[in-house]
Amino acid sequence: MGLTAQSTGLYAFLEELRRSTVPADAVVALAGNPNTGKSTVFNALTGLNQHTGNWPGKTVVLAKGSYRHQDKNITLVDLPGTYSLLANSADEQVARDFICFGKPDTTVVVADATCLERNLNLVLQVLEITPKTVLCVNLVDEAKRKRITVDYPALARNLGIPVIPTAAREKTGLAELKEAIHQVAFGRQSNQPKRIVYPERLEAAIGRIQEEVERLFPGQFNSRWVALRLLDGDASLIQEIRNYLGKVPAGLAGASGFNFSPLGSN
Amino acid sequence: MMTRELALTHLPIGRTAEVVKVGLMGLTRNRLLDLGLVPSAVVEAVRKSPSGDPVAYKIRGAVIALRSEESRHITVRLIE
Repeated sequence: MGLTAQSTGLYAFLEELRRSTVPADAVVALAGNPNTGKSTVFNALTGLNQHTGNWPGKTVVLAKGSYRHQDKNITLVDLPGTYSLLANSADEQVARDFICFGKPDTTVVVADATCLERNLNLVLQVLEITPKTVLCVNLVDEAKRKRITVDYPALARNLGIPVIPTAAREKTGLAELKEAIHQVAFGRQSNQPKRIVYPERLEAAIGRIQEEVERLFPGQFNSRWVALRLLDGDASLIQEIRNYLGKVPAGLAGASGFNFSPLGSN
Repeated sequence: MMTRELALTHLPIGRTAEVVKVGLMGLTRNRLLDLGLVPSAVVEAVRKSPSGDPVAYKIRGAVIALRSEESRHITVRLIE
């Protein structure tokens, strides 16, 4: 497969993001389950400075917008609402590829305070890819009406990332959210998320593959996460790694002679 | 007390059960796990569609419809 619109879509999109009329000092991805008020958070942060566009090569609509905070231009990308990043659908694949290969400066996961538990799956999946994550617990006004209370400090402590309660409809918590994004994006706060530990046999396999990934692509991917997906036999990830390598200097990609296909389905 | 295990398909409407095992593989399994249907999760059968399939279940605060082709592979334990 050559460099078609589909294979280059993500990188064309990223290029455009970094070089728009107002250069972005940081690119922030907004992820979250469907119906968490993610788009309300997006609208509340960016106001009218936004437009939607198609993900090049895929029928997934993405909105991007921008705002200024502490003299920095922040570009926000509203990813499709998903329950997972394990790429069972085009939406999930776009969200996953953006977070893993797009390397946003911060990823914000928007969760629903009224059913937090079912949102934490996505939070943990994002944390496996990047520690540069902020959890925005939205709809706290609705949770309050339902007499649900959330121990935010405990949640932040257990996850190892900033947790910001918001009610985006009422515009509460937005200043705190912007500040938390700022802290993480510009490295003023380095998160130490708890690592998910798998059973011993799996950890041994992860370690072996991770070593190989690290040797072939030093510092390019989150090698532990890539190792996990390779163990899954995730063919769409293998394809995206190929696309990604197609966009980096040839020497790096070709010299290894590493072939991903044994685990793939193609 | 004996605890009864049954396929989720046979959980009567209005009854609640705890998931014991998700006996599926691949994408379907992933999808169900993503929706919160993992061992020890609590599920309530909420109502049947007119034809009896799919059935709506309450899982972690959300109502999700499952077809019997999925639910018959999910083993649950009745909560008295």
